[in-house]
Amino acid sequence: MLDNTATTSTKSKMSARDVKVFYGEKQAIKGVSIDIDMDNVVAFIGPSGCGKSTFLRTLNRMNDTIPIARVEGDITLDGENIYSSSMDVVQLRARVGMVFQKPNPFPKSIYDNVAYGPRIHGLAPNKAELDQIVENSLVRAGLWNEVKDRLQDSGTALSGGQQQRLCIARAIAVDPEVILMDEPCSALDPIATAKIEELIHELRGRYAIVIVTHNMQQAARVSQKTAFFHLGTMVEYGDTSDIFTNPREERTRDYITGRYG
Amino acid sequence: MNHSLNEHTLKAFDGDLTTLRGLIAEIGGRAEKAVEGAMTALGTNDHDLARQVVEGDKRIDALEEQIDRMVIQTIALRAPMADDLRELVAALKISGVVERIGDYAKNIAKRVLLIDSGQEIDAARLLPAMADATRQLVDDAFTAFARRDADLAVAVCAQDKTVDDFYNSIFRALIAHMIDNPEHVGAGTHLMFIAKNLERIGDHATNVAEMVYFAVMGQSMNERERGDDALAPDGE
Repeated sequence: MLDNTATTSTKSKMSARDVKVFYGEKQAIKGVSIDIDMDNVVAFIGPSGCGKSTFLRTLNRMNDTIPIARVEGDITLDGENIYSSSMDVVQLRARVGMVFQKPNPFPKSIYDNVAYGPRIHGLAPNKAELDQIVENSLVRAGLWNEVKDRLQDSGTALSGGQQQRLCIARAIAVDPEVILMDEPCSALDPIATAKIEELIHELRGRYAIVIVTHNMQQAARVSQKTAFFHLGTMVEYGDTSDIFTNPREERTRDYITGRYG
Repeated sequence: MNHSLNEHTLKAFDGDLTTLRGLIAEIGGRAEKAVEGAMTALGTNDHDLARQVVEGDKRIDALEEQIDRMVIQTIALRAPMADDLRELVAALKISGVVERIGDYAKNIAKRVLLIDSGQEIDAARLLPAMADATRQLVDDAFTAFARRDADLAVAVCAQDKTVDDFYNSIFRALIAHMIDNPEHVGAGTHLMFIAKNLERIGDHATNVAEMVYFAVMGQSMNERERGDDALAPDGE
């Protein structure tokens, strides 16, 4: 019997216990348990259709937007069940932010892209504080020096890599605790990718970070923990250095060495 | 976990690994043959054969370079992971070790050219048996690599003690012989170095076996032994 749980003794930010996801009759996730802490970037890897993105989306209830999707099991954020009826989903998504595969800035100015979240969540009582939040977020996202003189330009006019960092700045602006990234570099060139990866290093420790990636070298570069998903189960979860040098499971080995059928 | 490996989706990667394994088999085979040739040359006082062994070492050195280049190229181009990465690192280290085995065999062959009264020293009568045991160790170490056989690798390390025991016997016998026959000190010293070379070759075969074990199992043989110790019940 395969041990599908992945728990750590250090204090976890988010915990999933026996999480199952159904799309109608089809079961996409078959009982996944994992702990995510602030100190380690977690990478989810696995072949297409393995459930890694589906599972990622359960962590901030993005699956709620899919009518036929149903989630079972427990997912907690600081010990609080995020699927309980008392959980405010809008608030949850501010605390657990998400960055997507394709950069998706709003068709607004760079400034307004970042200011949007703080405005709707009422985080800034005045213009000066909002300016400060926007600047801090852009600095942390490594974009400030490139855009500080043109904050009123449209966000969609930036390059792909800049747009993705703008999206990260937008996620950071509402002061989240967890950042989920779903293949954030797959549409970027190697230089823009390197900048995002460097940014992930910078952000580590301040936020709990989970990244889904198809690029195993990227998982190896940016994460301290790696989870391998296959056919809706989490086959193996461990230190990234172990997973890529000496995986315990044959399915993990076959996948990371390029022997997956 | 199953230790045998399926084909890569990218077949060219398998081609690289097959070529590399072929080169390791060739360098291992040549090193083994060099040890055998040097010791035969000693036993039969065959200077031509000894010179062939000395000359043949160049090919071993060239193979080492070829293997190193191929490993670096494969790591750069294929970004290997897990078992593949460990095998490539093992291949890189093994090629260095085998080159040393070749050097020891060459050193034996050079000494054959310097002594011709060696076969008259009865104290060295264990040398051929020691050479057989050493050659077998080298052979088994490379068989273990070719078959990804961790058990055989463990056996090689255990067998190394036989070679060490031979060395200690020959060492003591030669010392005693040289004390009684000072006129044989020159030849006796050469024979002692030859025994020492064989002993070192045995150690290097052990190194190869340890790398095979690491490549196959993902942990060092020492870790395994520590693990076993921890599981063993406390003895009195």
